[in-house]
Amino acid sequence: MFKLNRMFHKLLSPESYYRFAGRLVPWLGWSCAILMIAGLIGGLWYSPPDYQQGESVRIIYVHVPAAWLSLFGYMFMAGAALVGLVWHVKVAESLSMAAAPVGASFTFLALVTGSLWGKPMWGTFWVWDARLTSELVLLFLYLGVIALYNAVPDVRKASRAAGILALVGAVNVPIVHYSVEWWYTLHQGPTVTKLDAPSIDIRMLIPLLLMALASTLFFLAVVFTRARADLVRRERDKRWVRELVTADGGRQ
Amino acid sequence: MSHWLAMGAYGWFVWPSYGIFALVVGVNWYTARKAHREALSRARRRIERETT
Repeated sequence: MFKLNRMFHKLLSPESYYRFAGRLVPWLGWSCAILMIAGLIGGLWYSPPDYQQGESVRIIYVHVPAAWLSLFGYMFMAGAALVGLVWHVKVAESLSMAAAPVGASFTFLALVTGSLWGKPMWGTFWVWDARLTSELVLLFLYLGVIALYNAVPDVRKASRAAGILALVGAVNVPIVHYSVEWWYTLHQGPTVTKLDAPSIDIRMLIPLLLMALASTLFFLAVVFTRARADLVRRERDKRWVRELVTADGGRQ
Repeated sequence: MSHWLAMGAYGWFVWPSYGIFALVVGVNWYTARKAHREALSRARRRIERETT
């Protein structure tokens, strides 16, 4: 048990994370690029127009991945914050705070692409229904976490405070997800997550899943890179960072 | 081709959506790499200041 614990700790040390993530990110980046190109070609070219919405349905291939990442990103941020708070793992704190701006940007993207889809289909860019409002609250929660993290000068205290806010805000995630079932909304109900019978043509489903997977890999690649940068900043006086920046000129 | 670009009269909604998607992806990628580069060069400058 003790041995296992030590192994776990070593794996989660900033230095081994830095090296491991450094090797992983290029793989994530390239697989993301390949999947995204395939998803875009499938979505913009091979998938059929919708029988009601016509070509405007193609917005789905950017809107749904963005909305998925807005929720996945928040769960990632809150989950890592929990690990950081309970076990005082620096890497988890860095990962959590690295996820905040990326998740916020995709929440913003989900709102904007939803707006651009709403105008031709619903006749309005915005409506205060449950799905749209809870997604906007999600954006504000992200911004609150980012602001709090940057407002406290001591980096450990800052990530603890922002981590608690992230955890409290996690209550909004199921609200966003189930809003279309709990309330009567203008936003349509679930299409893909109805596992028994997804109500979508297979030629639309495949590019949609490709885009969602590619976006998730992209999110991880960016968050891992941001966390690497954050750890270098936090650990700048530690031996491994000193060796890193003197040995290879810091180009790695 | 122009038929495809028109997106059945929805081009003004479809293409800006993809444009903003590309922008968000590009900015995220660029800023993450920039943050990493800058963290390394700041750490290096810090050591150089100490040794000189």
